[in-house]
Amino acid sequence: MTRSTNTFDTLELKNVGRSFGGQNALVDLNLTVRAGEFIALLGPSGCGKSTALNCLAGLLPLTHGEILIDGKRIDVLPSEKRDFGMVFQNYALFPHLSVEKNIAFGLQMRNLPRPEIARRVAEGLALVKLQEQAKKLPGQLSGGQQQRVAIARAVVLEPRLVLMDEPLSNLDAKLRLEMRTEIRRLHQSLGLTTIYVTHDQEEALSLADRLVVLREGRVQQVGTPEQLHDNPANWHVADFMGYRNIVDLEVESVVGDLARVSGRGISIMATLAQPAAVGDTVRVAIRPSDLVVAGPDTPPGRDTVQATVNVVEYQGREFAVEVTTTQGQNLFVHAYTALVPGSTVQLTVDPSRALVYRTSLDGVDAPRELSAVR
Amino acid sequence: MMTSATNTGSRARGSASLKHRLAERGVDTKLLLLVPAIVFALLLFVYPFAYGIGLTFQPLAATQEQWGGGLFANYVAFFRDAFIFDSVWITLRLALPAALFNVLVSIPIAFKLRSKFRGKRMLQTLLVLPITLGTVLTAQGLLIFAGRQGWLNRFLLENGIIDQPLQLVNNYLGVMLSLIISGFPFAYLLISSYLSGIDPSLEAAAKTLGANWKQRFRRITLPLLAPGLATTFILTFVLAFSVFPSARLVGDASGETRVLALMAYRAFSEQLDYSMASTIAIMMGVVELIVIAFVFLGRSFLYKGSTGGKG
Repeated sequence: MTRSTNTFDTLELKNVGRSFGGQNALVDLNLTVRAGEFIALLGPSGCGKSTALNCLAGLLPLTHGEILIDGKRIDVLPSEKRDFGMVFQNYALFPHLSVEKNIAFGLQMRNLPRPEIARRVAEGLALVKLQEQAKKLPGQLSGGQQQRVAIARAVVLEPRLVLMDEPLSNLDAKLRLEMRTEIRRLHQSLGLTTIYVTHDQEEALSLADRLVVLREGRVQQVGTPEQLHDNPANWHVADFMGYRNIVDLEVESVVGDLARVSGRGISIMATLAQPAAVGDTVRVAIRPSDLVVAGPDTPPGRDTVQATVNVVEYQGREFAVEVTTTQGQNLFVHAYTALVPGSTVQLTVDPSRALVYRTSLDGVDAPRELSAVR
Repeated sequence: MMTSATNTGSRARGSASLKHRLAERGVDTKLLLLVPAIVFALLLFVYPFAYGIGLTFQPLAATQEQWGGGLFANYVAFFRDAFIFDSVWITLRLALPAALFNVLVSIPIAFKLRSKFRGKRMLQTLLVLPITLGTVLTAQGLLIFAGRQGWLNRFLLENGIIDQPLQLVNNYLGVMLSLIISGFPFAYLLISSYLSGIDPSLEAAAKTLGANWKQRFRRITLPLLAPGLATTFILTFVLAFSVFPSARLVGDASGETRVLALMAYRAFSEQLDYSMASTIAIMMGVVELIVIAFVFLGRSFLYKGSTGGKG
């Protein structure tokens, strides 16, 4: 399949909002998508990501804002005229139509000549490797195969935008990984602009060119996977990005970008991700893999944390360990040797990998983040 | 995994007690729960039904003399006597259009009532309320409302809109109205439950694939709904086919609404011919079965699997 011909330069969401009976599900979503980009909308359930996608698809009318493609408003168009492909969480395959007829459906709606439909359906089937299943009904396929049909049905139209609503969440762990690679491969070969909704940060990080993190209908951060992974904009994003240790500590001193934070049996140097002054209570975020178990001969010092091992889980190459500090704060650590529950360990952390955030999430300057990315 | 499971199965069959083996095939003490139903069915359906069939082969001497055919005289009479046989067409002429109308009108209403809006509950109640009225009450109401001296005619006459009262009851139209009033709630309830069994995301998917509402209905919703429509049609048809009270009360019992149920009643109560009455009753069942067979034949070509909704 060749690269889509009916492409665009930019898709622009301006102050897009949606409320349900006075409840805001989505507030002031601003986003500019370039052609060919893979964008992931990421957030916990109820954060407004699916609402945003349905608004884009035209399945939900907007209550605020507008959606523009190359400067032309499309939020006023009905769903069937937008020329977007959508992949649903439950696949939404037509149960009474065979696989090939499911894939042909959109092409038939466009009144394409029969030979062309046949050719493109064959291409679509080949793309998702389902030639053998062409005559079967969706009910006779496995979950992964059904998902591939749903993807083929959407991309065979070469739509100007592909929308995916948690397409992998109904699959088991192994299939999810396979399909993730499949989706990435499809995106690389077809170059279709894609907006992908998920609550799985790993999925979002591995697939997307850029991520949009949402919380309670508001954008928390927009950025590349690296930006979000290494520099979350606030503690909520950090929490979502796998900073499992989120601890409320107090700022003792500030030197430039670094601060000494302490409390709950912890006293470490950390980087100020958001400004803070001496005496402030702040939220410190550290990934389990950045908390290093120091060798047994390391002397207890100012920058080490003394803790008792609680629970040790074997995870293949490493051990996930839960420890408790002398003042009862639980921390999560990755270790490369089996620690003995009940033993005492010294933990250290690179100051650049311990991030200091304000405890409040208000005043997060999302548009500033956005323009910084642009 | 599979093979080991089967192996355990066959080994179990070898050593397990008879009780366990029977239980595996669904034969256990829980079967006793079916006893009341079986007793009821035998006493109140199977026995009278068989007895009725037996009666049809004991024609009156007069019937045998007039139509011949020996034991089958009642059946010969049924097909030969135009007065009786025409009643088949009369009944079908009422029941088929009534059932079709109830099904067709229920579709758009069920569609509209799928979405949420103000006053939906109220409207639903109004639509289903006639189910609580008996056919006799409906007929009575129709007579009071639409009879020659009914409110409707009086209103229209007094306001000079018409100068002759409209003939709305005591004819085909009257029975048709009563069949619609009593049959529609059934059709609507059934169809709306079939419709709610269709996953709404299928329509959303069709929408994003570029199908307008006509295409969505014709290509997605209708094919998934069709088996349900066929079942609904059969149920409302059977209800309408056995119409009796309204055919007598708001119909023209000796003319255009001379339905089979009336003929059977007459044979039994006026001519005291039990065997002919039974014959007509059995033939009613046969005609219904023929119509049902046709509908199910058509239905067998449709997709009947899961429709993905809440069912």
